Amino acid sequence: MAVPVLDSTLRLSVPLILAALAGLFSERSGIIDIGLEGKMLGAAFAAAATAALTGSPWAGLAAGVGVSVLLAMVHGYACITHRGNQVVSGLALNILASGLTAVLGVAWFAQGGRTPQLPGEARFLLLEWPGAAALRDMPGLGAVYGELLSGHNLLVYLAFLAVPAVGWVLYRTRFGLRLRAAGENPHSVDAAGVPVPGLRYRALVCTGVLCGVAGTYLSLAQSAGFINDMTAGKGYIALAALIFGKWRPVPAMLACLLFGLLDAVAIRLQGTDIPGVGEVPVQLVQALPYILTVVLLAGFIGRAVPPRALGVPYVKER
Amino acid sequence: MKRLFLAAAAALFALSCAGAGAAGIKPGLVYDLGGKFDKSFNEGVYNGAVKFRADTGIDFRELEIQTDSQRVQALRNFARRGHDPILAVGFQYASSMDKVASEFPGTRFAIIDTVIDRPNVQSIVFKEHEGSFIVGVLAAMAAGSDRIGFVGGMDVPLIRRFACGYVQGARHAKPAIEVFQNMTGSTGAAWNDPVKGAELARSQFDRGAEVVYHAAGATGLGVLQAAADAGRLGIGVDSNQNHLHPGNVLTSMLKRVDVAAYDVFDSARRGVWKPGVRVFGLKEDGVGWSLDEYNEALVTPAMKAAADEAARRIIAGDIEVHDYVTGGECPVK
Repeated sequence: MAVPVLDSTLRLSVPLILAALAGLFSERSGIIDIGLEGKMLGAAFAAAATAALTGSPWAGLAAGVGVSVLLAMVHGYACITHRGNQVVSGLALNILASGLTAVLGVAWFAQGGRTPQLPGEARFLLLEWPGAAALRDMPGLGAVYGELLSGHNLLVYLAFLAVPAVGWVLYRTRFGLRLRAAGENPHSVDAAGVPVPGLRYRALVCTGVLCGVAGTYLSLAQSAGFINDMTAGKGYIALAALIFGKWRPVPAMLACLLFGLLDAVAIRLQGTDIPGVGEVPVQLVQALPYILTVVLLAGFIGRAVPPRALGVPYVKER
Repeated sequence: MKRLFLAAAAALFALSCAGAGAAGIKPGLVYDLGGKFDKSFNEGVYNGAVKFRADTGIDFRELEIQTDSQRVQALRNFARRGHDPILAVGFQYASSMDKVASEFPGTRFAIIDTVIDRPNVQSIVFKEHEGSFIVGVLAAMAAGSDRIGFVGGMDVPLIRRFACGYVQGARHAKPAIEVFQNMTGSTGAAWNDPVKGAELARSQFDRGAEVVYHAAGATGLGVLQAAADAGRLGIGVDSNQNHLHPGNVLTSMLKRVDVAAYDVFDSARRGVWKPGVRVFGLKEDGVGWSLDEYNEALVTPAMKAAADEAARRIIAGDIEVHDYVTGGECPVK
């Protein structure tokens, strides 16, 4: 029972983790990114459309990342170059992506906004680790290795490797130091002779790449094609997880895993009898993640302090 | 100049007369939230309408709604523009159609999956429990173990009817079989969430289910995908979905909404359209199961014989399949 639930948790939390890490780059550099949702959706569509046409998941991944980075640059152009309102720009991107993917989908594929169902070779398929099949039936470690660790697609492993990688970039490299400084005190960065806009643009490129992978995961790995609004609020949940995690990679990942776990448990709880309670109504089970979110937000995580310059366009003093 | 104008006017007049003469009726069609191309319920209706257009040359107007609030608006717009008959796909149109049908008593309406008692509405309902019974028999026989599953879309009595018929069929074939049941959600979004559908199917596979039947519109695409990915068997619904994953779709429970849609338009064209309730069951060939080149290797002669026998006995009245919608609470779990 426990291993399949955790297995499902991993699958469900991957897009959240990637999106939360994407938001981390942007927000740590001082740009509010409410547009994670839109970037993921755009990437999911581009990836599915490209994979449908070329039959290659790698071409799909490239297209997904490309579109996501492009959208991130639009956000950057509005917020960094023109110092526009970051929330409005992000929201505009979300609406744009939601509408544009549907319109283009109808125009290109004439299937009500859906892309054609993708065959196996156009998707990221499950990777079996050596010896997994033999160990699967062994209780304990064997099951953990055979079921939980093995048998996911490449992007799942990529997402979990991205967490330490992002941590390393953020805390151990010069770029990371400057990025964090740009989010806390951009004037000090400027005084050190590093242009803040350039730094923030580079942060947004990182955001775009990670969002692109997240979107590609949705349409090429988790399902076999694009469906209208398939992100279904995952971008916002990732943003919430980022705040839960106080803008740090590992805590943000843990928050994403918690959301994934709640989702997985909600799916498994359905229709099963809980001792002493009986069968829980479907509606209550489905509301559980949200109820717990409110409870956790209200009582358990303590104060989350955002980067100080978050949402403030940088104006160079003369 | 004047002559040119007259000629143009005459041409226009002739054209409009020709249009009216050939068309006679202006059918309108509104789909449910699953969308026109769900490869299942709505697409079945679409296929019926397309066949009607091909056979008669009469075009139809169609609309895919995006939110629940557009239902009344869509029906009213179609009626106001003179569309007749207007076919609404899905029980969720019930209250909207009731309202709009009373506003336009001269327009003929038809609705699939629910009953509306108005003199200008034809209600088309299917005995899904009978079709589900048959695929339940097939699922139970195809499963080596004693576990199969069901994934429903929105948790409503209609979908419980599918589930209940399926369980009865499975128990008919194997009295000790265990059937896992899950519903995707309690809102319209539950018809269009393949990721959730896939997760639900996986959770049933993890518990040992070998065959999973879905009645979940586009959500079911995820269920069938998960079955194919896991190397298990899925069962399609409404339209024939055997071709989606050859070798991994055991069969499909056919609900001939295409026939119903065609019939609504065609009876209106021929002037024999009647209001009231029309029921499509096994006897009327309104529900059934599909056997084609994509699944013939999966269905053994014994399974086919058992399914045909069950169908025969249901039609003859030897087997009474419990209907959740009218009979309430399913007698089997």
